[in-house]
Amino acid sequence: MISYIIRRILYVIPLLLAVSIVCFVIIQLPPGDFLTAIESQLKSQAGLSEEESRKMVDEMRKTYGLDKSMPVQYLIWIKNIVTKGDFGYSFGYRKPAQEVIWERLKWTMIIALSAHLISTLVGLLIGIYSATHQYSLGDHLSTFLAFIGLSFPEFFTALVIMYLLVFRFRVPHVGGLSSPEYVLATWNWAKFVDFLQHFWIPVVISGVAGVARNMRVMRANLLDVFRSQYVITARAKGLKERIVLYKHAVVNALHPIIAYQGVALPYIVQGTMVTAIVLNLPTTGPAFYDALVFQDTLLAGSFLLMVTVVLVIGNLLSDLILAWIDPRIRYD
Amino acid sequence: MDKQNEILLEVKNLKKYFPITRGVFRRVVGYVKAVDRVDLFIRQGETLGLVGESGCGKTTLGRSILRLIEPTDGEVWFKTGKGKKLDITKLEDREIKSLRREMRMIFQDPYASLNPRMTVMDIVGEPLIIHKVAQGKEIEDRVRTLLKIVGLNPRYMRRYPHEFSGGQRQRIGIARALALNPRLVIADEPVSALDVSVQAQVINLLENLQVQFNLTYLFIAHDLSVVYHISNRIAVMYVGKIMEVGQAEEVYQGPRHPYTEALMSAVPVIDPDVKPERILLQGDVPNPANSPSGCTFHPRCRYAKKICSQEEPPLEDIGDEHYVACHFADDFSLKGIRQF
Amino acid sequence: MILKNERSRKKNSFAEPVKGEAYIQLVWRKFKRSKTAIIGAILVIIMAILAIFAPFFSPYNPLKIDHRASFSPPQRIHFFDDKGKFHLRPFVYNLKLELDPQTWKRIYTEDTSKRFPIYFLVRGWEYKPFGIPCKLHLFGVAKGGSIHLFGMDNYGRDLWARIMLGGRVSLSIALLGAILSAFIGSMVGTISAYYGGITDMILQRIVEFLQSFPQLPLWMALSIAIPATWSSLYVFIAIMMLFGLLSWTPLAREVRGKVLSLREQEFVLSAKEAGASDARIIFKYLIPNCLSHIIVVLTITIPWLILAESTLSFLGLGLQPPMVSWGVLLQEAQNLQTMGRHLWIAIPGAFIVITVLGFNFLGDGLRDAADPYSRR
Ligand SMILES: Nc1ncnc2c1ncn2[C@@H]1O[C@H](COP(=O)(O)OP(=O)(O)OP(=O)(O)O)[C@@H](O)[C@H]1O
Ligand code: SF4
Ligand SMILES: [Mg+2]
Repeated sequence: MISYIIRRILYVIPLLLAVSIVCFVIIQLPPGDFLTAIESQLKSQAGLSEEESRKMVDEMRKTYGLDKSMPVQYLIWIKNIVTKGDFGYSFGYRKPAQEVIWERLKWTMIIALSAHLISTLVGLLIGIYSATHQYSLGDHLSTFLAFIGLSFPEFFTALVIMYLLVFRFRVPHVGGLSSPEYVLATWNWAKFVDFLQHFWIPVVISGVAGVARNMRVMRANLLDVFRSQYVITARAKGLKERIVLYKHAVVNALHPIIAYQGVALPYIVQGTMVTAIVLNLPTTGPAFYDALVFQDTLLAGSFLLMVTVVLVIGNLLSDLILAWIDPRIRYD
Repeated sequence: MDKQNEILLEVKNLKKYFPITRGVFRRVVGYVKAVDRVDLFIRQGETLGLVGESGCGKTTLGRSILRLIEPTDGEVWFKTGKGKKLDITKLEDREIKSLRREMRMIFQDPYASLNPRMTVMDIVGEPLIIHKVAQGKEIEDRVRTLLKIVGLNPRYMRRYPHEFSGGQRQRIGIARALALNPRLVIADEPVSALDVSVQAQVINLLENLQVQFNLTYLFIAHDLSVVYHISNRIAVMYVGKIMEVGQAEEVYQGPRHPYTEALMSAVPVIDPDVKPERILLQGDVPNPANSPSGCTFHPRCRYAKKICSQEEPPLEDIGDEHYVACHFADDFSLKGIRQF
Repeated sequence: MILKNERSRKKNSFAEPVKGEAYIQLVWRKFKRSKTAIIGAILVIIMAILAIFAPFFSPYNPLKIDHRASFSPPQRIHFFDDKGKFHLRPFVYNLKLELDPQTWKRIYTEDTSKRFPIYFLVRGWEYKPFGIPCKLHLFGVAKGGSIHLFGMDNYGRDLWARIMLGGRVSLSIALLGAILSAFIGSMVGTISAYYGGITDMILQRIVEFLQSFPQLPLWMALSIAIPATWSSLYVFIAIMMLFGLLSWTPLAREVRGKVLSLREQEFVLSAKEAGASDARIIFKYLIPNCLSHIIVVLTITIPWLILAESTLSFLGLGLQPPMVSWGVLLQEAQNLQTMGRHLWIAIPGAFIVITVLGFNFLGDGLRDAADPYSRR
């Protein structure tokens, strides 16, 4: 086991390096950069001459090191990240990229984790119900609904729910995490209620697919366990059905789902992304989207890198968990 | 079989070691010596029966000879149809391909050795296509003939293997092996996966084919009774090594190696005069990754002496091309079998 | 069973094959038994037909602009006229545009003075399947009338026709992407497992490397790098390649596992023994024996790519107008107020859901059926 862990961890280091290079390159792919846009802005709006604006922008390039070659820029970027935790400057927000990300990461995590938690719980419960009532009406219905849930593009779920809320249920304000009048207010009861009224929407939207997935996985696992020998033995021994069910079957059916939690995090983060963009939430998703569109290079790159790193580590963790549960894997 | 017949295949000092790896860097910590310094020869037109318990390395030996797996060391000399002697272990891939026309293999498990996604026609005709010896309609005609030769109705050549029984599948495998008119056929336990009633039919078929096409067989089996009928000479293998080789009657009636005697005693005898005395081998077959010092057989040999655990007996000719690897080959009088 | 057959075989006759069921028959039998799988297959086939013959099913040119008809609502199909009389041939009424004198809102009402019966296999706008001019359409109404079953978009283009055309684009980009992905995945998986050693190590590292990236952000970042100056066709190809090149890793892993076990099978050895080249072993032995896995993964990849395409296009990162895909059509719904007033512009979303649902049903049924020996 130790040797397996060491091998896996040793292997992650070059992987992270390669991943960071690719993130950086991808973000640099589109022609031009943020300053190209500023340059034309200076020309058209500030009324500067072509030469003047070019000069100004060139100066800015120098200050931010954008005049250097790409490999050098990459090295500076990665050096600052590793040594100082500095992800570079975001032109769009006019502050360090990590500040933008940290600010927004808080809400991302709150929404994502709530969605994940609720969808896991609900999904598992429905899955258990379905498996224990196989072929009943409830089972058919929830299986069918799970299929539907998996067939909705997330943005479309968001559109449908928003439409229903605004035009059918006449909810005064959807989108964001608070109504305009509370944005600047200090936290009080009314603001909290308003917050909750906004908060559940993205949680539900981004939870739909999760419920469906968890339900299907749990149902299939549980049915498999039911068919396995030791549950049959346990039943035959005369234990009460319920005890058999919960003590043996559910615990075993949960194994794969627990192992999955290692990789769940990055999926959770990207899972809320589309919802967040559609609902315009103060989370990382819309910031990443804007950064891409406006070529706020370092912010977009930093975000991509962060999610990737989280994914790599998540993969590592779930590999280790699986190897711990099932020793055969280590030697493959 | 005449001793004058020329030698078709000669195996010298052949080894196949499978490495055992462990640890972070997959360090090699040992070897499974599946085939260990094997010497053998097969004469043109004869059948050499190779017997030994399960796991003793018979399959590995057969595959190493054909270079289906790369031998670790040793030489395999083959006399080609053009009369040239070649060391197979030294050949380039391209050269081997042309040799594959002359030496073919029949596989152990008829259920696993036919591609389930190919029709009988494709399976039997494939070697013709690979070696570009026939084209189009020719292939079909040739396949038809081959199927008739092995006793299958050519009408069913468009069917898939799963529609046939074990014996029929083995016939398909035989037809495939014969497609290129080989000179040497290595039959790796061709009947051990078959029902007893079918075994004899397939063995008869193989015997007829040998006469008809002047084939040479290396016939592998783990059961002495199977090879008795078909073999001219017998080789006995134990944990990667050859223990005894000799004319079939000689080995059967007067085995000179204690292991052969033990194997022999396990054969059911139908002679009322002979009181069956089964020699039960003590202990387990040794692990080929860690075989015993000296004579490999000594932990289980009931005649073992002190020297047996210290010095390895060489495979020596005790006269009349009867080879035995035992320090006391000349001393014992061991029990054989008069008849079945 | 085998033993019995072998024993009961008549002597001196050729061996007759045992009556057995081919794998494909077993799969089909199991597949047929699953209702959802059949429903899925039907949905997929319907969508495919609509997409392939899109112009034939569209009474109007999906690209024709009519500003006066901007956001005119869907027309209903009637069987009963305003006097309650039944007509066997269904018909539509034209829409009358009125302005609400107070709010200046546009109000459409049905002009019940004239019925426009729906005729089938009529002549309409010209399109060119394989360069042959053709005017035939499945349905239409007489001159002077109109039949816009799904209403009009912002520019007064027939939404029904645009959905048909968009389906063609959405389905083909997902299908081509999935085929590319299946091709790469099965090749990489097979080669990786068959050659083993250093080849396997390198390919597996590549697989792990690709799997290290979060899908959606990566796709977003890459699709925005597609130059805006490229023609629609190039953008289509670029996105399709993106899908194909980035979605093959799960299949590669699955095929690798399968080939690893196949490689140990004697029949693969028997190919080598017969002197078969690596290419022959890969294409005649390994891939055909993985085909059921490949097909199952293919049917699961397609809906996934449909979702991806629609999401990217909806966000303005994928296909761009004037290209038409379901995701592009939904761009108009980005504004909640527009969608609130003209709900029909969300209809392309329903097509996405139904198609993806069909593929999910189909894939699920195929996965169960592909393993006909299992009990489930
Ligand atoms: N690829 C391999 N890697 C490691 N060890 C192997 C490999 N192939 C075979 N062996 C080992 O080599 C030994 C000989 O195996 P082999 O299959 O040649 O025996 P066999 O005599 O043909 O047995 P059987 O009668 O069961 O067919 C066995 O101990 C086996 O475990
Ligand atoms: S050498 Fe010794 S141990 Fe080996 S077979 Fe002969 S008597 Fe037995
Ligand atoms: Mg064997």
